Amino acid sequence: MMENMENVYLWIVLSPLAGSIIAGLFGKVIGRRGAHWVAIIGVGISCILSLLAYKYIVFDGGDIYNAAVYTWVVSGNVSFEIGFLIDKLSVTMMAVVSFVSWMIHIYTIGYMHDDPGYQRFFSYISLFTFSMLMLVMSNNFLQLFFGWEAVGLVSYLLIGFWFKRESAIFASLKAFLVNRVGDFGFLLGIAAVLMYFNTLDYATVFSQAPELAGTTITIFEGHAWSLMTVICICLFIGAMGKSAQVPLHVWLPDSMEGPTPISALIHAATMVTAGIFMVARMSPLYEFSETALSFILIIGAVTAFSMGLLGLVQNDIKRVIAYSTLSQLGYMTVALGASAYAAAIFHLVTHAFFKALLFLAAGSVIIVLHHEQDMRKMGGLYKYMPITWLTCLIGSLASIGFPGTSGFFSKDAIIEAVHTSTLPGAEFAYYAVLSCVLITALYSFRLFFLTFHGEERMDKETWQHLHEAPAVVTVPLSVLAIPSLIIGAWLIGPMLFQGYFGDAIYVADKHDVLAEVGQDYHGILGFTAHAFKHPPVYLAFAGVFLAWLFYIRFPQLPGRIANALKPLYQMLVHKYGCDAFNQVVFAGGTRGIGRILWQIGDVRVIDGLIVNGSALTVRWFSGVVRQVQSGYLYHYAFTMIIGLLILLAVFVHKIFQGG
Amino acid sequence: MIVLSDVLILAAILFSISVAGIFINRKNVIILLMCIELMLLSVNMNFIAFSHFLHDINGQIFVFFILTVAAAESAIGLAILVVLFRNRQTINVDDLDSMKG
Repeated sequence: MMENMENVYLWIVLSPLAGSIIAGLFGKVIGRRGAHWVAIIGVGISCILSLLAYKYIVFDGGDIYNAAVYTWVVSGNVSFEIGFLIDKLSVTMMAVVSFVSWMIHIYTIGYMHDDPGYQRFFSYISLFTFSMLMLVMSNNFLQLFFGWEAVGLVSYLLIGFWFKRESAIFASLKAFLVNRVGDFGFLLGIAAVLMYFNTLDYATVFSQAPELAGTTITIFEGHAWSLMTVICICLFIGAMGKSAQVPLHVWLPDSMEGPTPISALIHAATMVTAGIFMVARMSPLYEFSETALSFILIIGAVTAFSMGLLGLVQNDIKRVIAYSTLSQLGYMTVALGASAYAAAIFHLVTHAFFKALLFLAAGSVIIVLHHEQDMRKMGGLYKYMPITWLTCLIGSLASIGFPGTSGFFSKDAIIEAVHTSTLPGAEFAYYAVLSCVLITALYSFRLFFLTFHGEERMDKETWQHLHEAPAVVTVPLSVLAIPSLIIGAWLIGPMLFQGYFGDAIYVADKHDVLAEVGQDYHGILGFTAHAFKHPPVYLAFAGVFLAWLFYIRFPQLPGRIANALKPLYQMLVHKYGCDAFNQVVFAGGTRGIGRILWQIGDVRVIDGLIVNGSALTVRWFSGVVRQVQSGYLYHYAFTMIIGLLILLAVFVHKIFQGG
Repeated sequence: MIVLSDVLILAAILFSISVAGIFINRKNVIILLMCIELMLLSVNMNFIAFSHFLHDINGQIFVFFILTVAAAESAIGLAILVVLFRNRQTINVDDLDSMKG
């Protein structure tokens, strides 16, 4: 059955592409039902085959596939290829991406039911699935970059999906531009790899990495930098853009302008984790640069802590989850920085499920409340929407790391790993992620209580029509709730401590924090019991209790605290001034430079001096010269004669001189 | 006895008269044509003079060529003049300034 895996892998990537093309180009012909069937079948094939490939590689111990399927260009001794590297890392990502994507395709039928851009939407999300699969299955940097840019493009298209909304256009442009900043670093990193390794193929690059580990390069005179550090930091800047790390995080909260399925699929579960995946994939490079690892550690810790705080003051239900996503991405980044790549991927997987679940639950609430996203106008919904209530509760518990849920295992593993790490900055990162547990619990349950409990604050019109969401919404919710609960317990042992990833992830012995954590690991129950000896669990409980105190028991309390701590509250509401800063300094500065270049460079110098100036000179000169053209025949004849005489005089003069 | 220089002076006078005729004449295109004919004739005079005094017959052959060309040229010139008059009802040189820049 598994003799020819190459065909299977080709089917996995190409079937969503086919679905996207059919739904996109022939949407009018096949109609709305046709479009969603085509897209769902395309991604469904991809999902089932991915799960088969997962079974083949992980359970049956099948061979790792690493080969080029198509050579695009050969230039000198560098060839640009399309190829697949299917090992345990990529197959895990493939399974997660295609599964979550499939669920969201189904959910979309319900969410986008009345939207005029129905076919277009299905075309985009299938295209996204294709791009993301290309990214994770790639065996070389070029294809990685292709997938990277393609998911960025689809993200742009989908954030601006409702292109008649001013704010959506602004958000999509912002996402695109901020990602360009990251991509610039990413491209520089790839260029450095090509320059020093002379190839873009992962396997070759990784095998040469130890030899080049000691190389230094001089970019600025007098500063020799380690080559690995430069490459790794450049690549990580790309990851900071895509995975929304401080200071390139500003696009992610705004991306919530897109439809909710997109927030769930792209801006929580899959695309934003591309950066995490990329760093894990490049672990054989990162292991040679402690500087880069420390940098990652610090950036991740700052992101996790500061973005979690912002989640506390948001009122838009989707934005709270968006900040929660940022904070969780920070956790993954911290894990990467601590060399616990497996823990980062593990958290990526569990997060993909519970965050997609939370978003879809939020979407379900939004549909029922007729596209109302403000939590101050919700409350008490548990009576009307039991399935959404239950699934949202599961998502929230997983998100805060309630013992036994998937998030608990992954988050605790990360915190333990950071605690063990000895890299510079690890201590700071440990306290940042630790305090973030409390914050996570607080904002997650703030959202939960404000939405589903307390008094009913929606208007009367909406209140009369409250009901549970349709089956296309609740079925994906339920299907996602199951892995959100159990996948952590199921995967923690093999994935973190039993060499699940094999050669796909390389960790230097002196960095191997997971091995150290693993010495105390004695099964799931042991891990859970062990957790009760450490602060994170109690911090999570404290967070939930505080949320209950603030939003159920004493609802006036938050307002009073906000008043008492006005400067702090204002700083959080203004998101630390990041947006304002970018708007004034970068956007304003760019526009200012543009205006100067336009008015001085373009209008004055190019238009005024060069283009119009030369025309004016010609006009002035011809104005003088045209006086000569009198039009009278005798003037011309006279000129001819004079000319003749002058020539004759010169000629005669010469003869006499010569003679 | 007539010497070469006498004839050359006569030819030069004729040539100058024709050039002056072209410049000074402001009235009539026909006079222009006549002046050009006169110019050609003065050149012919030179040819004949040289031919006679240098005992070379080739000069007189050239005169025939020039006469032929002159005849053709005046025919064309007059034809243009007729068309010009039909179109503009004038052959006054001062009025013909449509080439003015």
